[in-house]
Amino acid sequence: MTTRFFGAPIKRNEDKKLLTGQALFIDDVELPDMLHAAFLRSQVAHARIKHIDVTKARKHPGVVAVYTADDLGAYWQPGPLLVPPPPISGVVFNPRTQVPLVKDKVRHVGEPLAIVIAESRYIAEDALDEIEIDLDVLPAVVDLEKGLGTSSAHVHDDLASNVAAHVHQTKGDYRSAAAKADLVLKRRFHYEHGISSPIETRGVVAQWNARASQLTVWDTTQAPVFVRNGLAAMLGLGERQVRVIAPFVGGGFGPKIMMFYPEEVCLPWISMRLNRPVKWIEDRLEHFFATTHERGQIHDAEMAVDRRGRILGIKDVFLHDTGAYNPYGLTVPINSQCTLLGPYVVPAYDSTFTAVFTNLPIVTPYRGAGRQHGVFVIERLLDLAARELNIDPAEIRRRNLIPPDAFPFKNEIIYQDFQPLEYDSGNYEPVLDKALELIGYDQFIKRDQPKLRAEGRSVGVGIACYVEGTGIGPYEGAKVQVQANGKVSVATGIGTQGQGHFTSFAQIVADQLGVDVTEVDIVTGDTDQFYWGAGTFASRGAVVAGNAVNEASRVVRQKALKLASDAFECAEDDLVIADGKVSIVGIPQKFIRLGELAQRANPMRGAVKPGTEPGLESTQYFGPPSGATANGVHAVILEIDPLTFELKILKYVVVHDCGTVINPMILAGQIHGGVAQGIGNAFYEKLSFDDQGQLLNASLADYLLPTALEVPRMELDHTTTPSPLNPLGIKGAGEAGAIPVGPLFAQAIENALDLAQKKVELLEIPLSPSRLFELTRKTDHR
Amino acid sequence: MKPAPFKYIAASSLDHALSLKAENGDDARFLAGGQSLIPAMNFRLARPTVLIDINGLNDLAGIDRSGSEIRIGALTRYCDLERDGDFLKSCSLFADALPHIAHPQIRNRGTIGGNLSHADPASELPAIAVAMEAQMRIKSSTGERQVAASEFFTGLLSTDIQPDEMLVDIVFPSPKPRSGACFMEVARRRGDFALAGIAAMVTLDEMRRCSEVRLALCGVGETAVDASDAAAGLIGQPCTPEAIEVVTAGVRDAIAPSGNVHASPDYQRHIAGVLAMRAIGTAHQRAIHAA
Amino acid sequence: MQPDRHDIELEVNGTTYRRGVESRTLLSDFLRHELLLAGTHVGCEHGVCGACTILVDGAPVRSCLMLAVQANGHKLSTIEGLAADSGELHPIQKAMHDHHGLQCGYCTPGILMTMTAFLKENPAPSEHEVREALSGNLCRCTGYQNIVDAMMAAAQAMRAAP
Repeated sequence: MTTRFFGAPIKRNEDKKLLTGQALFIDDVELPDMLHAAFLRSQVAHARIKHIDVTKARKHPGVVAVYTADDLGAYWQPGPLLVPPPPISGVVFNPRTQVPLVKDKVRHVGEPLAIVIAESRYIAEDALDEIEIDLDVLPAVVDLEKGLGTSSAHVHDDLASNVAAHVHQTKGDYRSAAAKADLVLKRRFHYEHGISSPIETRGVVAQWNARASQLTVWDTTQAPVFVRNGLAAMLGLGERQVRVIAPFVGGGFGPKIMMFYPEEVCLPWISMRLNRPVKWIEDRLEHFFATTHERGQIHDAEMAVDRRGRILGIKDVFLHDTGAYNPYGLTVPINSQCTLLGPYVVPAYDSTFTAVFTNLPIVTPYRGAGRQHGVFVIERLLDLAARELNIDPAEIRRRNLIPPDAFPFKNEIIYQDFQPLEYDSGNYEPVLDKALELIGYDQFIKRDQPKLRAEGRSVGVGIACYVEGTGIGPYEGAKVQVQANGKVSVATGIGTQGQGHFTSFAQIVADQLGVDVTEVDIVTGDTDQFYWGAGTFASRGAVVAGNAVNEASRVVRQKALKLASDAFECAEDDLVIADGKVSIVGIPQKFIRLGELAQRANPMRGAVKPGTEPGLESTQYFGPPSGATANGVHAVILEIDPLTFELKILKYVVVHDCGTVINPMILAGQIHGGVAQGIGNAFYEKLSFDDQGQLLNASLADYLLPTALEVPRMELDHTTTPSPLNPLGIKGAGEAGAIPVGPLFAQAIENALDLAQKKVELLEIPLSPSRLFELTRKTDHR
Repeated sequence: MKPAPFKYIAASSLDHALSLKAENGDDARFLAGGQSLIPAMNFRLARPTVLIDINGLNDLAGIDRSGSEIRIGALTRYCDLERDGDFLKSCSLFADALPHIAHPQIRNRGTIGGNLSHADPASELPAIAVAMEAQMRIKSSTGERQVAASEFFTGLLSTDIQPDEMLVDIVFPSPKPRSGACFMEVARRRGDFALAGIAAMVTLDEMRRCSEVRLALCGVGETAVDASDAAAGLIGQPCTPEAIEVVTAGVRDAIAPSGNVHASPDYQRHIAGVLAMRAIGTAHQRAIHAA
Repeated sequence: MQPDRHDIELEVNGTTYRRGVESRTLLSDFLRHELLLAGTHVGCEHGVCGACTILVDGAPVRSCLMLAVQANGHKLSTIEGLAADSGELHPIQKAMHDHHGLQCGYCTPGILMTMTAFLKENPAPSEHEVREALSGNLCRCTGYQNIVDAMMAAAQAMRAAP
């Protein structure tokens, strides 16, 4: 096989459609007779429903139907638990899942109370005003510690408290580690992530065809196969009667893999009842409540170190805000718990978390999926230890890195893939070295910073390390088929939200089958085209689906060679595949085109040998036994205005190791995008809830996404430690950019403002100019 | 987020627009740039039953510097102000502030009259109007009147414009000799609402002492705040850093910001002082160079 | 209230359209669902994200902040009109492809319309000027760097072209 395409920065196949405005996104689906939905959503966070009256709304001109929970009858049920708790001993887990329409009690602002179906979205919104609703407002559970107090209201009345889960995992013996320590640091950390806020919100179009008994659902989902299976089961249909299509999706980032959202559940049922297609497009205001969040954790953490800054053990007790329901199980806090260990040797670890129900929207994974929280804790603990022990922050990290000969490195505790956490491969010190070199670390500290300080400028440097468990199972599949015209079609169950699958997968096929990458058509996200799969999440698309594509291509390649060797009556070793043809080595004029081989494999006459299949195609699956661990280091030089605390990034470096790289251009794009979201998380984006669970900044004017002026130019470099867990050696990279930015900023800002000297510590994310003012003013005598 | 239903009328003349407004009162709104009104309507926070489109009334737009003052028609769009180099040269407050108003796409539609009538407390132009002691010309179908900027902004998102009236133009005094002005703000991102902003104007006498100082802030009160009294001690004095420091302390004392999701009240107060110091300093430098 | 309807005539990408519209129909919805020019995307409907940016008489505006009825008598340009009739991409589209300036592609139409107008008036911008011009268009996927590179390259290509 060639390696012309794999590893090369091939430009994307999907670009032309997107650049000319011809790609199909959910709101572009136009069907005859289509109706439009608008949801009546709760304006309060916690309330009992006394009365809903939709009579007036039903009579509004242009309204076709209005439904409440009661109208759904036996169809109404809470959604399935998507991820059960990992097999950890002593786990306490109280699953409570979201409902299609509120029946008894509202549990967060934005929960849907009723749905109006009308001739247009404009009319549907008019009719919302005519719905009469009487609520008994209850005190809202918003603060995590107060939520665990005995006098707190209960989000779920059938539970004795607001405890959603309690998990305790250990490795080694922390107590004896702490007893031997030269220094034990204890701090409380607050870390809040934010919302994904893709530029395209969610949407669902459901079309029931009664005559054909077929349901088609267009959905901005990252998991079309699971959604198809679940809808079929709920609606009493066969799986083959349901087709779920994830069209081009304008950004996923995690919350679009939450499944059985109320809207996904209601629309198909309504379409079947009305026998007309129905469309719902989430507007931006709805998105702040109706699509899942990631939010905050409070960590009381302590780290025991020796005088050289080597970690002897870490103990962490944390609270995790899971929102009103927990359909995604423990994925987010388990990621926090596990990823806290980072690329470091942590001989003893004692970690406990309590997930708390709150009257706030549901928390499910958003790019980083809880890893940010854990990484913040350990990176800050190392910085604080460095401060106390007078060790350079980069040096203290170096002293704790897992050495390259220690892999596979066992961390013992259970990870989100239900396996004991094990890092398959890694070589961490060169990554740190490269990052330090690219940022000019030594020169900055010794020469540049003193000069800048003398000029009155507050400029600082930061460095942060992380690992990321990627590419987990269960599996993905791919069907690769050479067509009569010589083009190769590939179908896989995962969808696309911009990661370049149409190109990266094509590169794999192109190399295996000796065709040009533009001759490969990828179909994703259509359950009629590929039946099986899990979805795009946890940085697994390239790893899992990529390997399935590779395997299927490899089998097709073997078939092609076999067919050609039969045709030429020569050995397979004498053949070469290139430029869409199989030819005899050294005799290029003796060739057969792949397309012709495909035709020969599907004869109109003659016999097909029993035990073989027609066509030049193959379907293969890949399921990794466990996740592959990627890692990286970020470094930054930033400046803070010493009076206004406004921030400017002067230099940003990422050095990353995600094993073998399929397309370095696409990889760089993923890292750029992740860092941008990390910058938003660290310094701009904050969900401001009041104590009754109202979101005070539910608009893009006040929920601040970084623009081209806030995101700097980034310098990227990488090292390659291939994963032994899959034939291509690749590791995931989708979330890496977003993970360490919080602690990176905290460290660099402390350095810029010389907060060590002022005895101020930054123990929270997000930060902002106002927050920095508040945190530094107590010691400031200005 | 779709607007509630309304009747749309494209006004054919100013008289037509004013008579429609008189007929409908507060149920009707003028549609100028729409950059504040239409988002409010999309959120259904504003629900006019009648929308009077005045975009065709070209006589309401334009910058007239023929007289001793600068008269700007209410329908003048931000982009037209930005493109008028001579205007920007004579009004550095506008030159400084315009790039901070949202983004070019908004500035291609939004109008100065719409901005001032909307009276957002964080908006730059009300502070500039107050600092420059502008006069607002307001018309109804029964007559017209002039209101000083100091009286025009009456409260949060409120002006003195009555239900049957329209702001038709704004008159700014021409810059005085030996004067300089500077507008500065702190916002989270370019184009965002100001967490605090200040318009500072310094006029010097022949001895380079301050003969007049005008200061107005945005973002720190329900309306633009005239803080010129804080500079009383500067009058007749040279504009030294120490003198400016006294003024900035006075500015901090003159305001009572309430804070918002982006800034604590104390942070707003703090940066108001920082901005005062920086803006007065720059205005002073510009006044020296203008002499 | 009975729907308030108006007849409008407007030009979009050189083609004249005559339609009846309800007064409250947003220009973004009119383009997408009445004219079926779905390349203009909707991201927020309050004028912040920029995905819906089109050109009205050559100037970039937010189509979610205009009523369809206001477009009566005007000349609009949307992304569908950017490439040549032959299908050849505009230099700005080509540069975005060459520099991987798009991932999910949802914000891309708004960015292309904004920057086409910007580069026409500013044929030799600095990187900072490009970033300022881009700051009114939000992108959640790319981190902007490749878009900036694409715009600098497009500017250079257009200066070099005859």
